[in-house]
Amino acid sequence: MSVRRLDPEQPASFEFNAQNLKWAQQQIAKYPEGRQAAAVIPLLWRAQEQHDGWLPEPAIRAVAEMLGMPYIRVYEIATFYTMFNLSPVGKYFIQLCGTTPCMLRGSEELRAICQKMIGPEKKVTADGLFSWMEVECLGACVNAPMVQINKDYFEDLTPDIFTSLLQKLKAGVAVKPGPQINRQFSAPASGLRTLNTDR
Amino acid sequence: MPKLIINDKPIEVEDGLNLLQACELAGEEIPRFCYHERLSIAGNCRMCLVEVVGMPKPVASCHMAVNDMRPGRDGSPPQVRTDSAVVKKAREGVMEFLLINHPLDCPICDQGGECDLQDQAMGYGTDGSRFKENKRAVEDKNIGPLIKTIMTRCIQCTRCVRFMTEVAGVSELGAIGRGEDMEITTYLERGMTSELSGNVIDLCPVGALTSKPYAFKARPWELRKTESIDVMDGLGSNIRLDARGREILRILPRNHDGVNEEWISDKARFVWDGLRRGRLDRPYVRREGKLREASWAEAFAEIADRFEAAGPSKIGAIAGDLVAVEEMFALKSLFTAIGSPHLDSRQDGTSFDPAKGRSTYLFNSTIAGLEEADALLLIGSNPRREAAVLNSRILKGWRSGRLKIGLIGEPGDLTYDYDYLGAGPQTLADVAAGKHPFADVLKAAKRPMLILGQGALARPDNAAIIALAAQAAKNLGMLREEEGWNGFNILHDAAARVGGLDLGFVPQEGGLALDAMLEGARDGDIELLYLLGADELDMSATGDAFVIYQGSHGDRGARFADIILPGAAYTEKNGTYVNTEGRVQMAQRAVFPPGDAREDWTIIRALSERLGHKLPFDSLAELRARLYAEHPHFAASDDIARGNIADVAALASGKTTFEDRPFGAVIEDFYQTNPIARASSIMSELSALAREDDHGATGTDG
Repeated sequence: MSVRRLDPEQPASFEFNAQNLKWAQQQIAKYPEGRQAAAVIPLLWRAQEQHDGWLPEPAIRAVAEMLGMPYIRVYEIATFYTMFNLSPVGKYFIQLCGTTPCMLRGSEELRAICQKMIGPEKKVTADGLFSWMEVECLGACVNAPMVQINKDYFEDLTPDIFTSLLQKLKAGVAVKPGPQINRQFSAPASGLRTLNTDR
Repeated sequence: MPKLIINDKPIEVEDGLNLLQACELAGEEIPRFCYHERLSIAGNCRMCLVEVVGMPKPVASCHMAVNDMRPGRDGSPPQVRTDSAVVKKAREGVMEFLLINHPLDCPICDQGGECDLQDQAMGYGTDGSRFKENKRAVEDKNIGPLIKTIMTRCIQCTRCVRFMTEVAGVSELGAIGRGEDMEITTYLERGMTSELSGNVIDLCPVGALTSKPYAFKARPWELRKTESIDVMDGLGSNIRLDARGREILRILPRNHDGVNEEWISDKARFVWDGLRRGRLDRPYVRREGKLREASWAEAFAEIADRFEAAGPSKIGAIAGDLVAVEEMFALKSLFTAIGSPHLDSRQDGTSFDPAKGRSTYLFNSTIAGLEEADALLLIGSNPRREAAVLNSRILKGWRSGRLKIGLIGEPGDLTYDYDYLGAGPQTLADVAAGKHPFADVLKAAKRPMLILGQGALARPDNAAIIALAAQAAKNLGMLREEEGWNGFNILHDAAARVGGLDLGFVPQEGGLALDAMLEGARDGDIELLYLLGADELDMSATGDAFVIYQGSHGDRGARFADIILPGAAYTEKNGTYVNTEGRVQMAQRAVFPPGDAREDWTIIRALSERLGHKLPFDSLAELRARLYAEHPHFAASDDIARGNIADVAALASGKTTFEDRPFGAVIEDFYQTNPIARASSIMSELSALAREDDHGATGTDG
């Protein structure tokens, strides 16, 4: 974690598109009169999705106005939760888990690959395709090491697999999320140990 | 009533208290940073840890309700220890954590000497730290011209954030980021717009938020502290004047639960630089169209000639907004002795008549009465500007969900929601007649009240408006004789007004009121006007009359005067002020007036001798003895002599023909309402910023 600030370059304005606006109004309607502020996180999240994966300052104001909240209250939330990106991210935004289980299973090598193939942390590549950052535990320790790319988990990585994954993404080849080795979900990597005989 | 045993001492406390309060009642001091009696509980500093026997870990006493505590196994009351080894160790641990990131810059910190962290580190901390890593650093924030921020010192107690939201009513401060990276700031570092923002300086337990104008001026132990009364509005906030040598260096609030709790407005707090600019420090006499310096003797000789020439029927006196009761009493005594009936202390042109009873011009429900009120009708009033601290009481009632508020007059951002009923007297007439839906809200309420503000009063038809308001009070159940509830309230915006009315500093029999006096000055019916600190008049209206101005600042009054007598400002004299609810309070002298300036009553006393009508008092004590003999209620300091409820009902039968035009806003510029504020450069800066905000504001401001 480090100090999180708004990006120096901001768009002039932000508006929900028609579809998202309708969705946002549905979210707001879930809460009783006077409690609309409860919808702040879903709305911010949707704003981030609409705005290429990062949350611009005008969106903070737009959400505050929709919910009748003071700007500073929404600003507090946007800076508190690390899931809100306050600066632009790449088309493929890689969140690399660096917490203990992943670290023990080789996440440091993956980080070196990120640095080599993408560049410094939290910087978008010139072609706008990639950016990466190290995050805390994403809760997939049994498949460590792993990364999250946009909304999908890519697990059981090795340096080679990860390199080829990034190359495929760069080339625009479709990739399959989930465990990248011959393994079903979180089942034992060395094959089934129980329930493996026909009675 | 829960029973507790605190440090082996049994104690029974009221329901609803928290453990910290209970410990205080038991005489135990509990250190704290984030807890504050008048704010919501955050429980994040952890300094108030105590040991509750049976609980596995120390508990934060501020957040522990005494009603929730479980008895011992044998049914004995819960036992609390604040002096055990566990508590000592807990406090030392918390202190060590708090100091991990706190800079060791006490020698250059303005909070030094009055810093909670410093004091508590001495009292409850250890002598060193085991922390070897670098301390964190935080960028300073620009949050306006009043508050200097050194955010590295912040310990994230969030008192300032809670104050701005809960008491000032504008959510401008917030805590961004989290954990070690948490920072207090405004949205995009906008300046704060609240008129109560200065209070966060007092609330800040460390030196993160300090006073910008007072920066590096003094250490607290060098200052001479004088307890006094603020005169910037009609509220009579209790203040402390901190002076060094001849200068007031800062103004702080004092606690008074009945008046200002422990807040004061920015105007009251930062006006002190106006006390040394634009001062009148010697008498001036106008010769050949120019004001020239003169001696007291010359000035008095000239005045004596003029009084002689004009004669008793052609002289008038007007008292201003900031004068104390003593000088008004002296001036009234002098004019009575000379035989002139032309007196007026109602510089705003209202028609309040002390003869009709005290309750016709007081804030009868009292300021503390706002805590009980459940319906409020604001008439031509913007309490945020007229009495900013009072506004926070209204906000408190509204936030608790108890108080319903309706407004007739100019709509504005009052920091709370209200029903906008209408713009002018017609709406008031409808409400009074019960024809408006809000009348039912007031009728249904147990403690309904109305506040008549300056917007409704400072207009020629104010008598009719007052009568209409009295009708509303009568018809809508605001006057409850048997319960002792009087919901008819006048919000005066001038500190001197109620004192003047109490004294009867109004036209005597056959005397002219303010407007008639000014008209008389143009027509030649009044040849001499004595302005006692009266600056808020249209001075060009004084015509050819000879104007004597006695006051502290070279402002509007002095500019048009033919003779200037230099008086003392409110910090430089012992004076009595009566606030809008009728509370008599004493201001104390903190410093001496500059140069040849004198306390105001002594000038009038000296002049009276020269005029051949020597006033019968030679000291303030003698003056006060006379004053108390004539008006006994002035003797009861910090007391309110309540008026009769029946007097308000009697007002209702007055004539109600009004001009049908909306109630305007009287205070256009909160920061420039009196000569001292106009002389202050801090107030000018704030005023300019407020104007900018009004024009350049975007979206919802908080």
